[in-house]
Amino acid sequence: MKKLINAVDDVVKEQLEGMLVAHPDMLKVNFEPKYVYRADAPVANKVAIVSGGGSGHEPMHGGFVGMGMLDGACPGEVFTSPTPDQMYECARAVDGGAGVLFLVKNYTGDVLNFETAVELAHADGIKAQSILIDDDVAVKDSLYTAGRRGVGTTVLCEKVVGAAAEAGYDLDQCADLARKVNMYGRSMGMAITSCTVPAAGKPTFDLPDDEMEIGIGIHGEPGQKRMPMATADEITTMMVNEILDDAAYSRTVREWDREEGTWVEKDLTDAPYVEGDEFIVFVNSMGGTPVSELYAVYRKVAEICEKRGAKIVRNLIGPYITSLEMQGMSITFLKADEEILKFWDAPVNTPGLRWGA
Amino acid sequence: MITKAQIVQWLTTTAKVLAENKEYLTQLDSAIGDADHGINMDRGFKKVMEKLPTVEDKDIGNVLKTIGMTLISSVGGASGPLYGTFFMRSGMVVTSKEELSGDDLLQLLQAGVDGVVQRGRAQLGDKTMFDALSPAMDALRSGLENQDDVVTALETAVAAAEQGMKDTIPLQAKKGRASYLGERSIGHQDPGATSSYLILKALLDSVKA
Repeated sequence: MKKLINAVDDVVKEQLEGMLVAHPDMLKVNFEPKYVYRADAPVANKVAIVSGGGSGHEPMHGGFVGMGMLDGACPGEVFTSPTPDQMYECARAVDGGAGVLFLVKNYTGDVLNFETAVELAHADGIKAQSILIDDDVAVKDSLYTAGRRGVGTTVLCEKVVGAAAEAGYDLDQCADLARKVNMYGRSMGMAITSCTVPAAGKPTFDLPDDEMEIGIGIHGEPGQKRMPMATADEITTMMVNEILDDAAYSRTVREWDREEGTWVEKDLTDAPYVEGDEFIVFVNSMGGTPVSELYAVYRKVAEICEKRGAKIVRNLIGPYITSLEMQGMSITFLKADEEILKFWDAPVNTPGLRWGA
Repeated sequence: MITKAQIVQWLTTTAKVLAENKEYLTQLDSAIGDADHGINMDRGFKKVMEKLPTVEDKDIGNVLKTIGMTLISSVGGASGPLYGTFFMRSGMVVTSKEELSGDDLLQLLQAGVDGVVQRGRAQLGDKTMFDALSPAMDALRSGLENQDDVVTALETAVAAAEQGMKDTIPLQAKKGRASYLGERSIGHQDPGATSSYLILKALLDSVKA
């Protein structure tokens, strides 16, 4: 393993120390337990948006803490979910009285830890809700798996719901909007190399030079299928078609009932996209793929959309939800209505995403 | 009877065994998961070892609950809340006890396993830790019902857990990160079932000693 690190055990801590000295105008860092929170937290009477997950996906989530996006972010060890004490302490630090919405990527570890945190926050009198992000179309069924993973749509959801909270949406309105963004978003990812978790010291999986892994999540976990390496255009075409042709997707999610103080199951179905839909399109690097290659991919995405009557109204291109140094990319489509676009365009001022502010 | 010293020994042995098997568990996890199970369990039980001296004078219920909270706040991943819940629920049914009968031990483990099922929503055959824990509970219960002594009943329970662990090899995972592999998860032993077996084996070794 060859990495720009000091000691394996200090990787997460030193990253947070760096963020703190780099962006004191935007964020603060608590180290025991670890969480990043807005410099001006708690913002009175504003719903606080909190996310978190394993480290190694930077700039997500800590890099999205600031005005117009997240109030707090809880980093776990590399590729390992954070723990409920972090999430609970973070919620206490950012709650301005209007409640806390946790945005949770659908990975078993994240889900179990955040569910525990919601219970702790609720027991402490904090109004809490959590919305699951599960947008990865590479996972076809929810009955025999843990369901679709939460990937690219997470970034877009944090931006849109963060802006809505800034505009005065209450907790239920923020939760409804987050649920809608998730149900309107679809993603797919691929890798051409593996990556190395510092604590593991060797690559997570072997991928021969002439092969690629299609349908990966964001931890280098193997995906849908392994195929011979292809051109950027061929890969892009396969992924965009899979997203645009994705059928209705149904699953049961758990949401928190604040009145009863218990989890309730909700059946949700994402409708398939139809011709004429408008989209925010997000082409993302897994960390090792250069931006130059992302633009070549985006050019093909735009060409396919033009042909298929899918209208791209906004785009985001770059490394925003990464898997350490992995080479590969993901493509996310988010069907955009007036409400989503309004909050997408609203000002945001975070280390990782900044416009209009 | 099982003494508090033996319960404390169980946790100490578990920490030692998980440290010894850190690479092995991580290797199993890299085949069908995200290559962190051994690392996370080792980190959690190292914290347990730091915490243990501060609660050794408390009753068994208190010791187990503290260990559960320690695991919840230090392991992360799915195994943190699952094993954390296991020890917290275990501790709740033996509140203020300084020693345990065979039946107490059965109640304790059953409460822990019930907590795991409630949090993780796993069913038998999903290729999870429950596939080792469930047959172990059945064996322990029938052993004690047949008037076996605790060590003998635990021996059959550990053998059942080991068999359950091995039986996860041909299963297709339906929960957790391994489920995304579909049929490719077949042919690999589940890391969670493996750590569950190791923890039960540590219990047997500590009670025998």
